[in-house]
Amino acid sequence: MIAVEARGLAKRFGTHTVFSGLDLAVRRGETVAILGPSGCGKSTLLRCIAGLESPDAGDVRASGELSYVFQEPRLFPWLTVAKNVAFAARTPEEHRRVDEAIALVGLDAARDRLPKHLSGGMAQRAALARALVRAPDVLLLDEPFAALDALRRLELRSALGEIIGRAHAAAILVTHDVDEAIAIADRVLVLAGTPARFVEFPDLRNTEERKRAYLAALGVQAPSIARPRSIGTPFAARQSG
Amino acid sequence: MIVRFAVPLSLLAAWWAVTALGIVKPYQLASPVGVFAEAADLATHGLLAADLAASAVRVGAGFLVALAFAIVIGTAVGASRTAERAIEPTLQAIRAVPSLAWVPLILLWLGIGETAKIALVAIGAFFPIYVSLVAGIRGIDRKLIEAARVLGVTGIALARRVLVPATLPQLLTGARMGLTQAWLFLVAAELLAASRGLGALLTEGQQVSRTDEILVAIVAFALCGKLTDLALRALEGRVAGWVDAAVSA
Repeated sequence: MIAVEARGLAKRFGTHTVFSGLDLAVRRGETVAILGPSGCGKSTLLRCIAGLESPDAGDVRASGELSYVFQEPRLFPWLTVAKNVAFAARTPEEHRRVDEAIALVGLDAARDRLPKHLSGGMAQRAALARALVRAPDVLLLDEPFAALDALRRLELRSALGEIIGRAHAAAILVTHDVDEAIAIADRVLVLAGTPARFVEFPDLRNTEERKRAYLAALGVQAPSIARPRSIGTPFAARQSG
Repeated sequence: MIVRFAVPLSLLAAWWAVTALGIVKPYQLASPVGVFAEAADLATHGLLAADLAASAVRVGAGFLVALAFAIVIGTAVGASRTAERAIEPTLQAIRAVPSLAWVPLILLWLGIGETAKIALVAIGAFFPIYVSLVAGIRGIDRKLIEAARVLGVTGIALARRVLVPATLPQLLTGARMGLTQAWLFLVAAELLAASRGLGALLTEGQQVSRTDEILVAIVAFALCGKLTDLALRALEGRVAGWVDAAVSA
């Protein structure tokens, strides 16, 4: 079942066309990562899907319950962790899911703390729990780890894969971290250019090839250290770089 | 603890010394003992309680009127640019007038009854509450509103669950400043025309050259101001403890 669908989507800010002609379809249970350089319109695309922005052309549809995790935790500072998570709950069933969601992100011990007493990683995990309470059909994640240090990112990355799997939602993860995208997503899309379009890729066989292709599409010189080479062939090494 | 009480206790000792040694005459400054005796005397005749009650009712009523007006007008101006353009310039002009300049006009319009005194207190208390509330509403984090909106919380629910709690700390800060102003304006109102109240006690003390009576009134004002402020601070601690300030209240 297709839960998110966009056709010919375009967005302008003034005279600047952020992206145009975007087509996207995401099924329930599928995780799609959208990679792109800063300012390419990744977040704007997500905001269009969530209805926070209206597109200038094209159609976008997200069916069912929708949850959004922002770059910053955006917790309500006057509510404890548990009450922040419960903020999203409307039905008795959703209220019952509050404890489950808090446990899932590992915040049991911090449930009665105010946001000002949380570390950045804990706050972002609380935000993730809040997004899970509704058992969303569509889960939109806008660089949810952007504000975290490398260690916390790794820790949350593995947790997030499991959480998304359990949620069985159509998940769209916006990120500029290639490794994160490959690790979590079933499918990776690269958004690049002005105005931005999705880059097409030929069949990519393995992780390393994918990574090189994505990095190249992002305009990053691919590192040539991934495959060990014999010393004495500098020319070949330079060519493949 | 010692540091806290060192200055007030030294002042009290100096006060007692200059009066007991006859350096200043009683008609210039009554001794601490005299002031305490006068307070006890007024209290036993029920006069101090009557004055306190009269003043407290005026401050309470005026403050509540100011709070109600400030919440209604402040919410409108803070939330709507149209209301801001319509109301704000006029209010700024009125605010530019030193508030005590309204006293003669208020007395002419409303006479010397309770209404005039309550109106004066309300005028004094209104502006700090209003200004603080508008700033609070303007300062609400747009990102929090968006976070609530994607969860489907809009309209009345958004106001109740996000906008009100987010502005409450600023409203309380304004209320504390407004309360200080309320006591200030009460003195002005009671000095001009009142038969009861702490301000009337001040006037009476001046007319009969009784510095002990004046000082009883001054000490009572200090205590009342401090107690009401403490009450609001306690409330602030309860509902605004979440504010992540560099120096907590």
